[in-house]
Amino acid sequence: MAQDATTAANAAGPGMPQLDFATFPNQIFWLVIALVAIYLILSRIALPRIAAVLAERQGTLTKDLVAAEELKQRAVEAEAAYNKALADARAEASKIADETRAAIQADLDRAIARADDEISAKAVESETRITEIRAGALRSIEEVARDVVGDIVSAVAPGQKVDDSTLAAAVAARVKG
Amino acid sequence: MASESTNTTGTQSKGNGRMIAYGLVALAAVLFALAYADGYGKLAIAPMDQFKVKPLFGGDTVAWYTPTNVTFWLGMSILSIFALMVMGTRGRAVIPSRGQSVAELAYGFVRKMVEDVAGKDALPYFPFIFTAFLFILSANFLGLIPASFTPTSHFAVTVVLALTVFISVTVLGFVKSGAGFLGLFWVSSAPLALRPILAVIELISYFVRPVSHSVRLAGAMMAGHAVLKVFAGFAGAMGLASVAPILGVVAIYGLEVLVSAIQAYVFTILTCVYLKDALHPHH
Repeated sequence: MAQDATTAANAAGPGMPQLDFATFPNQIFWLVIALVAIYLILSRIALPRIAAVLAERQGTLTKDLVAAEELKQRAVEAEAAYNKALADARAEASKIADETRAAIQADLDRAIARADDEISAKAVESETRITEIRAGALRSIEEVARDVVGDIVSAVAPGQKVDDSTLAAAVAARVKG
Repeated sequence: MASESTNTTGTQSKGNGRMIAYGLVALAAVLFALAYADGYGKLAIAPMDQFKVKPLFGGDTVAWYTPTNVTFWLGMSILSIFALMVMGTRGRAVIPSRGQSVAELAYGFVRKMVEDVAGKDALPYFPFIFTAFLFILSANFLGLIPASFTPTSHFAVTVVLALTVFISVTVLGFVKSGAGFLGLFWVSSAPLALRPILAVIELISYFVRPVSHSVRLAGAMMAGHAVLKVFAGFAGAMGLASVAPILGVVAIYGLEVLVSAIQAYVFTILTCVYLKDALHPHH
């Protein structure tokens, strides 16, 4: 039957082999086998495998992203800690500097005060000595003046006796005046 | 730096040029051999001969169980799908190899198509749709090998595919929504008076679906292959002037590669659209 149809179709010469219905059962039979085979290959092996791979990749990506987020968080924390340590160190340093400055200032003040005391003591001493020297000088002037006046009197009026106390009183009055 | 990059491009384009030249020579040789086989010099172009179903191991009769060239190329189709989807994904790598990338790409492409067009509740039917897509794609591409056979250029094959889709989608529609599936034909957004007329039109268009679905694929594949064969016949008969038809064959071949992929895509996306109608019959 099929054989007859095929022969008839072949005898009909060039036409459309697509319309040679004698080959239809054959094509459909093999097509169904091929489709079932492909379906089984895909649904049994390929699709579960690819789905698993894609899911695993998605999981890996998510995990890596979470890990990256965590690491980023830690980096931020570390930076904050670093900044805090830096600020603490800076505050400590400025405190130490202040203390040192204050201590130095105190030392300095004390030294200056001592120096001032010494200076004023020295000044007082010098004052005393100057006064003494001045007094000594005045006395010497009086003595010299008395001697000179005695000599002048004995030279101007020889034989004239001048009393020492009178002479001293006159010179003192003169020097004072 | 700049000279280096121009050097690289130069070498690359030279390599591409050489590959294209080799391809042209190989194509010319194949076409020449084909034309010889068909009868050189007689200008006997028989563009439809390539679609003949022939028994694989001699003889003239094609009984339903006879292994034919259809069987052989369907087997090649199965093998190429197995190579891509099973051998290619053998590594199960998180960072995929090239073959695995292509397999994942095809998977993601069709899965996203099903999800976008037919909705999330269509995903249980994804393996069937993926089977149809890969089968049509591989059969179309294998059919582009010179002297091969294209199962998808035969109405017997495409009609079975389209009818399978049509019948299963219709049954699914009635199973899922019962009589509500008929709401597909009752356009509730139209004025009441127009609805019976629209229902008739919808009904006709619904039953035309498997026809257009199958004829589109077989027609596109048949026409492209026939044109290729006609040009190849010219090339065999024209002697030195056959450069022109060979160039034509190259251009049409490129077009046919596109058509092969696009027809597989169109068949698949239409299947998704029909599936959507079955799952959500209300306009």
